[in-house]
Amino acid sequence: MTGAPTFEGSAGTWEVVIGLEIHAQVTSQSKLFSGAATAFGAEPNTQVSLVDAAMPGMLPVVNEYCVEQAVRTGLGLKAKINLRSIFDRKNYFYPDLPQGYQISQFSDPIVGEGTIYLDMPDGSQRAIGIERLHLEQDAGKSLHDQSPTQTYVDLNRSGVALMEIVSKPDLRSAEEAGLYVRKVRTILRYLGTCDGNMDQGSMRCDVNISVRHPGDPLGTRAEIKNINSVRFVHQAIEYETRRQIEEIEGGGTVALETRRLDPSDGVTYPMRSKEEAHDYRYFPDPDLLPLEFTQGFVDNIRESLPELPDEKKARFETEYEISASNAGVLVAERAKGEYFEALVASASDKSGKPGSEIGQDCANILITDLFGILNKQGLSIEQSPIDHRSLAGLQALKLDGTISGRIAKDVFVEMLETGKQAADIVEEKGLRQVSDTGEIEVIIDKIISDSPSQLAGYKAGKENLFGYFVGQVMKATGGKANPQVVNELLKKKL
Amino acid sequence: MADLTELTLAEARDGVCGGTFSAVELAQAHIDAIEGARVLNSFITETPERALAMASESDARVAANDPRPMEGVPIAVKDVFCTNGVHTTAGSHILENFTPPYESSVTQNIWDAGGVLLGKTNLDEFAMGSSNETSFFGPVENPWRAADDGQSRVPGGSSGGSAVAVAANIASGAIGTDTGGSIRQPAAYSGIVGMKPTYGRCSRWGTVAFASSLDQAGPMTRTVKDAAILLGAMAGFDAKDSTSVDITAPKFEAALTGEVKGLKVGIPDEYRLEGMPAEIEALWNQGAEWLRDAGAEIVPVSLPMTQYALPAYYIVAPAEASSNLARYDGIRYGLREDADDLTDLYEITRASGFGDEVQRRILIGTYALSAGYYDAYYLKAQKVRTRIAEDFRQAFENVDVLLTPTTPSEAFVVGSKSDDPIAMFLNDVFTVPASLAGLPGISVPAGLAANGLPLGLQILAKPFDEQTLFRTAQVLETAAGVPSRPAPWWKEAGA
Amino acid sequence: MALDKATVAKIANLARLRVAEDRLEGLATELSRILTWIEQLEKVDTDGVAPMTSVVEASLRQREDAITDGDKADDILANAPGQSAEFFTVPKVVE
Repeated sequence: MTGAPTFEGSAGTWEVVIGLEIHAQVTSQSKLFSGAATAFGAEPNTQVSLVDAAMPGMLPVVNEYCVEQAVRTGLGLKAKINLRSIFDRKNYFYPDLPQGYQISQFSDPIVGEGTIYLDMPDGSQRAIGIERLHLEQDAGKSLHDQSPTQTYVDLNRSGVALMEIVSKPDLRSAEEAGLYVRKVRTILRYLGTCDGNMDQGSMRCDVNISVRHPGDPLGTRAEIKNINSVRFVHQAIEYETRRQIEEIEGGGTVALETRRLDPSDGVTYPMRSKEEAHDYRYFPDPDLLPLEFTQGFVDNIRESLPELPDEKKARFETEYEISASNAGVLVAERAKGEYFEALVASASDKSGKPGSEIGQDCANILITDLFGILNKQGLSIEQSPIDHRSLAGLQALKLDGTISGRIAKDVFVEMLETGKQAADIVEEKGLRQVSDTGEIEVIIDKIISDSPSQLAGYKAGKENLFGYFVGQVMKATGGKANPQVVNELLKKKL
Repeated sequence: MADLTELTLAEARDGVCGGTFSAVELAQAHIDAIEGARVLNSFITETPERALAMASESDARVAANDPRPMEGVPIAVKDVFCTNGVHTTAGSHILENFTPPYESSVTQNIWDAGGVLLGKTNLDEFAMGSSNETSFFGPVENPWRAADDGQSRVPGGSSGGSAVAVAANIASGAIGTDTGGSIRQPAAYSGIVGMKPTYGRCSRWGTVAFASSLDQAGPMTRTVKDAAILLGAMAGFDAKDSTSVDITAPKFEAALTGEVKGLKVGIPDEYRLEGMPAEIEALWNQGAEWLRDAGAEIVPVSLPMTQYALPAYYIVAPAEASSNLARYDGIRYGLREDADDLTDLYEITRASGFGDEVQRRILIGTYALSAGYYDAYYLKAQKVRTRIAEDFRQAFENVDVLLTPTTPSEAFVVGSKSDDPIAMFLNDVFTVPASLAGLPGISVPAGLAANGLPLGLQILAKPFDEQTLFRTAQVLETAAGVPSRPAPWWKEAGA
Repeated sequence: MALDKATVAKIANLARLRVAEDRLEGLATELSRILTWIEQLEKVDTDGVAPMTSVVEASLRQREDAITDGDKADDILANAPGQSAEFFTVPKVVE
């Protein structure tokens, strides 16, 4: 494809082809086929039912909420919802897979093809195809480092509902892959169907990657399993791309295999347990029946969807007349977008000015000032020490000319430190903007008479000395002089 | 007092509830009888203490004038039903010491109805077999012997132990599971009544799974009325089983009106096998006569797919089993052999824990599902299955029930078919088609072969029409007369 | 269908069943016989016939999302052949 990034090897130009499989844990109380709890961090084997432990005679019963969440996610991915789907058994042996099979969906998944749009840094949008989404059981956890001779098995996670989201092999770089993961995560969090917490493992990626000369058919792919951060996705792709190119240019071939990433050295290694290609012997689970629901069921869910990031971004751009890049930052998290809109509404209310006029400034104060603070202190927007109403109060003081933009920044810091409202701080510290032309003229006159050489220099053509005069006025007024008034008056007097 | 082990289940129930004898007396009589019949190897685990404790509770209930539908009735349970705190082995070395901390839904239903647990009966390992010769705990012996030889005969399988418990009068009734005929066939070989309900009628929760789309629990008793009573206690919707059908079970006992006037009985042409023993054919014709005499109409029908049922079954059942038995891996329960690495652990434990027949079926099933063969074997078999079900559906547009022999022969000599798996499979030729279609079926003792061994006739009915099934079966039973009893040679042998 | 020793060995591996080398030949013969007998299914016309998904004519019943189970580590571990603290144990797996 044209425009895809390419890599120069020692013997030609290469293109990397990437597909991602994301495993997202469904936000449900109980597991996909059993009534045991799903919360993270419980004592080993305490969130395990007889069904999860695959005791003799145990049987699965599907969780209706997990089905709903999968449909909701499918709609968020603009994908086809299949009114009839089948649960299949995927058969293999591993200690954290008690049944000796995983209940998954193979030939008839609940969700079909869809699309995700990536917001590229250059402002363009790139469409990435979704192949399918299906429901499946998660496996338990094997701990290999608790003992020198034994592996320990905890089945708490065994049977938790996962949505496996499979992309088409449309990604062409580590950067795109990272953006894709972030976008999927954002959508899932908007929908509330997965908390996207990669640290805790509620969202993990498998990366399928191959290389080829542009225009050639697909090369053999390697699968890198269980990557749990965007940084590691980048790392894995970068290493694999180099490894595969070097392998082929060195006369070898890429093996169809499963690998894992060692984050400590950024190297991928073949996984021993997956050495043989597995024959999973998929067949429809005879303990279950086909999963069926009506179009009405799907339509109800569609009606209950929140506004999704792409739509919200487009709306912010038009409604609040803010830049695409700012809009992108604000919609990256649903709560941030909601804060922004509440801020604008409140500031608009207080100032009487419409959202389209004040939107950009509100966006700026959030993005430049508040988000930076929150990041540094490791807080989420929900934990912000300044709520939207208080921040709107600050905005209103700026908008009605009570304080300058410059002073507002100081007030903001003061608000953070003291928790006081902007109006109180301005009063207490006497920060009201000086806009009285008379007062400022007197100050300007004094500065001009005190700065003969600068005056001469400015008159001689050194235009940047204007800034010197502005600075002096600000110093003399403790920063409170109204910048527009200062500019106008200085222009007249100089 | 009359021998309490001679009573039918209905008589036992009536006796306890009516105060003629106590549940404890009834239980004790059977406990003693079990002890005296050990040579038959019908039981894997006897539970006399639990039986007496449960019987005691039954007596308390009767005294308080609050009896349950089957109060005090002593029941033998095939060792595939998980019983809380009691070993459940599935007849296998791999579960030899497994003690479930839970109770299967079907057995819980029986205890809730007042039933008393005598013990866990022997079976073909993991319910795979038609002779009860593959159990890790040794073969079960049929109390029936041929008149002309003294050879040990198989009781049939896989529910051989349960069949024998009823036939030898050491339990008032028993329960088994039927996947391809494992209740009906041993019932025929042992001269008792054995019934498989419609798939979905009984819950499978807590029942060790063999083939999920085929397994069904069912009653094994001395009379049709007993089977109706016992099924009444067992059946019912269970939300824990996704294949359990949400249908209120009718009162099966009430269906026994004794009337079959106007009933249309289908005789499927294709069940008349080439080389079929003359006796079996004669009995089949006799059965049709009996029903005609009682007012039924005999209608020839055709089930063209019949001959393909056995091969289809021997793909579908092993395939499902190969997956269902993957959980027996030595990790969370059951046998574990010593091993230094995981692969050895799996391979050695499973090879040691499973017998030859189970291993054979796991291999066939694994192969049938494997890459490149799924379409030709498993998918093909499931399509043939659809056609088999369609055959029955069409036939049932014209008839109400079907009458067939239950088995193509009487009970065979122990060891005589062990070398020939396919010959062993053929024992199920008449029972398997109904299993594939999920239909209810019953075997009724209808007569004796020339050598004195029992023969059974099978009735099949429409899905969820157990009422017509029982009604017809009882008429047949009445016409056939009170079945003979085996000469109790084992009582001397055991003494 | 004739199975050879190598295929039987592969199937046994998939099924995690250790089969002694000297049994492979016999098993291959036995299984081949059974599979050949099964192949009579090829004679059945199944064009346009849907495979049976279940004899039960219903669609899948769904249960409410509620925590109704678990919290029974003792029962879960009661029959464990290998155990340490509250974990199942197996011989160490090297990834």
